[in-house]
Amino acid sequence: MTETSFPPKTQIFDAAVIGAGIVGCAIARRLVLDGLRVVVLERAPDILDGASKANSAILHTGFDAPPGSLELDCIRRGHEEYLEIRDRMNLPLDRCGALVLAWDEAQEAKLPELVAQAEENGVTDTRMLSRAELLAAEPGLAPGIRAGFRVPGESLIDPWSAPHAYLLQALENGASLLRGCAVTGGGFDGTAWRLETTRGALRATHVVNAAGLHGDRLDRLLHGESRFEIRPRKGQFVVFDKTAARLARHILLPVPTATTKGIVVCRTIWGNLLVGPTAEEQADRDTAALVPETLEMLVAKGAEILPALAGEEITTVYAGLRPATEEKPYRVETWPGRNAVTAGGIRSTGLSAALGLARHVSGLLAAGGTPLPDPAWPVMPMLAEDGPRDWQCPGNGGILCHCELVTRREVDQALSGPLAARSLAGLKRRTRATMGRCQGFYCSAALAEASAGRLARPMTGPAGIPADGGHDD
Amino acid sequence: MTDLPRHCDVLIVGGGPAGLAAARRLRALGREVHLLEREPETGGIPRHCAHSPYGFREFRRPMLGPAYARALGAAAQQAGARIHVGVTVTRLLPGGTVEVTSPAGPARITARAVILAMGARETARAPRMIGGTKPGGILNTGALQGLVHLQGLRPFRRPVILGTELVAFSALLTCRQAGIRPLAMIEPASRITARQPAGMLPRAMGVPLRLGTALVAIHGSDRVEAVTLSHDGTRSELETDGVILTGGFRPETALIRGSHLRIDPGTRGPEIDQYGRCSDPAYFAAGNLLRGVETAGHCWSEGRAVADAAHRALAGELPEIAETPFAVEGAGLAWHLPQRLAPDAAPPAFRRLSMRAAGPLSGRISAGRASASVSTRPERRISLPLPAPDAVLRIET
Repeated sequence: MTETSFPPKTQIFDAAVIGAGIVGCAIARRLVLDGLRVVVLERAPDILDGASKANSAILHTGFDAPPGSLELDCIRRGHEEYLEIRDRMNLPLDRCGALVLAWDEAQEAKLPELVAQAEENGVTDTRMLSRAELLAAEPGLAPGIRAGFRVPGESLIDPWSAPHAYLLQALENGASLLRGCAVTGGGFDGTAWRLETTRGALRATHVVNAAGLHGDRLDRLLHGESRFEIRPRKGQFVVFDKTAARLARHILLPVPTATTKGIVVCRTIWGNLLVGPTAEEQADRDTAALVPETLEMLVAKGAEILPALAGEEITTVYAGLRPATEEKPYRVETWPGRNAVTAGGIRSTGLSAALGLARHVSGLLAAGGTPLPDPAWPVMPMLAEDGPRDWQCPGNGGILCHCELVTRREVDQALSGPLAARSLAGLKRRTRATMGRCQGFYCSAALAEASAGRLARPMTGPAGIPADGGHDD
Repeated sequence: MTDLPRHCDVLIVGGGPAGLAAARRLRALGREVHLLEREPETGGIPRHCAHSPYGFREFRRPMLGPAYARALGAAAQQAGARIHVGVTVTRLLPGGTVEVTSPAGPARITARAVILAMGARETARAPRMIGGTKPGGILNTGALQGLVHLQGLRPFRRPVILGTELVAFSALLTCRQAGIRPLAMIEPASRITARQPAGMLPRAMGVPLRLGTALVAIHGSDRVEAVTLSHDGTRSELETDGVILTGGFRPETALIRGSHLRIDPGTRGPEIDQYGRCSDPAYFAAGNLLRGVETAGHCWSEGRAVADAAHRALAGELPEIAETPFAVEGAGLAWHLPQRLAPDAAPPAFRRLSMRAAGPLSGRISAGRASASVSTRPERRISLPLPAPDAVLRIET
């Protein structure tokens, strides 16, 4: 199967999901499972190209979410559903737990209320830890640690295999995907929507805005108004070499402030160690620039928490944008009488909340449909460091990316099927090729050869060249 | 890549100049040798350096990189070394057992001696802390040469080149061959790193050499569109469609970092003694894996010398390894090699103590009876005759 061809004018979808980030992918899946005919529209050449391309890859419990909030409800339900489906879809989970760390008296004083909040949020398995217990649980911590508590359910996942799995399940059960397809206008005639796109017009009875960083613009385009304003918030990250992963057993969280969860130190599912993100408001919705001074600050911050980090090598740095708004809560909006829902302002926690949010949006949309009795379940390639990985299996065609041990068979698979990679960045997210230590020094040529003629933008030639790699691009 | 042995005398990891030289030498000494190369063919970096003169030392004539790479491979093969390409070593275990993977799946090989010769690579973007975005069109010299010479591709037309080590001039030549016209060569220091007359080359090619200039940021979404440069605190923008990040060679030690072998923080390569033995005496190391970049000819010589030592080790002629590195007093050196000295019981593979300064260094360096006064820059070679095992390396400035 190749890229969905543009649907004929006579076809009317039950729902059009605009935006194929984590949220859009999860919503598309839920609507398909609920029995709807769905089309997904993504303006970029490949999915996950906006806010979803960079995050800290944690499946949260919601212990620190605002009590009683929609966000909390979605995180709780989303986390639970991820645990239910992950075996079936071969999605990784490292239930390493988190430690919330207090480094001074003021932070220590806040711990009891954070634990109480966790209780209120239904996260009842936290446990306060003394300094000695913390150092026993996490021996690499700086000696200045005072106190903290453990949240056992906080987990590491693959931030890309999950949304790929969600959308792939939608596609395998009948959804259509149009990439490189930006919505330029639309109107509702009382029965159905007519959406104008850069690839032509199409019709759907319901519309879901999951346009992330462009959510307010899309609402203005579709509804003539937006009830929120996107204020992009940049996060920069530093990723250390795999040898650094031994330094952190848990996800190490600071005591949060009013505005941010703060800078996290944790392993990644691929066996690296990550420090970030920052939280920097900016006007630009498309460009997340790296700032050397800020990256140096993150490196220093990491070494303050784990002193041994000071000697470790940096594998990559990346920056992403969160679709924050002028207010903290998620901005899920309904448009009475217009068959439309906006899932906006999913500024953070989107990876954890997506599956829960999808159920919530499906309920609001109330588009009918009969749940699929026996849906197809895609099985994803396993990329987690502790595998089992394809390089351990015969017939893999040999290693193409040596640092991340990506096989030719994995690359070929990522370049085929209904959700085939269409950009080099997309190929990296599906396989991890070039994401390792050498960042393409050894494998760029082999990757160019393997992907020749199969990407929307070729790696080389007059218009293309491999990017330098990274977790976000 | 078929018929991998389960046991063998000597296993060589890496089929560049050092590994191939070691393989040929060990065959000449009558040893059974298997060599593992993860790429589809042997030869290492010279495979895609289609210009520089190679081969004087090894074949007594000037050769281009690819021909040189083929000649090294052929020589090892003709000598009877068993060469396995497309085989990646995934783990080094104590005592000379390695885990590998190939298209046929995982396997395990135990050798009486393992020679590590995985080479070096250039520093990627991230550790250089360059700001801006991450568009396509940012490459190391190695990746550029792979695309140009192995795949016949032209990744950009008007890039800037960062760095002035010898490899930067190699990048310049590759550009010329591919019809790529660099806009500028950028060097943060006030002079070029490579020895003259390399500096003549950019002028001859009409490429401006901008010394004292730092690459601050890269701009562009899909592809590189511009860079921000800084010179004497003044920033300027330059429109360009690519960035070639050259040099900053570091040993390719991913395997070693995850193993029981000790790494020297100075060289970033494995710690070795004068026989090329690592902290586990079943493992030897040679070539650019030891300390970043030297010429192919230098690596070839090291491969031969370490092969001799491995041969002696199998014959039981080498002394026990020293438990710890020898002492260094005084600061100013970035690294020294070897780091350990075993009792002097057989001809050493490394006859001299090699060093590099951490920064501009003036003073006196002594080890045992030998000493030298130096006034040097970090990239220049410093060496002394190999001292006795109980010697102290002293730096007085």
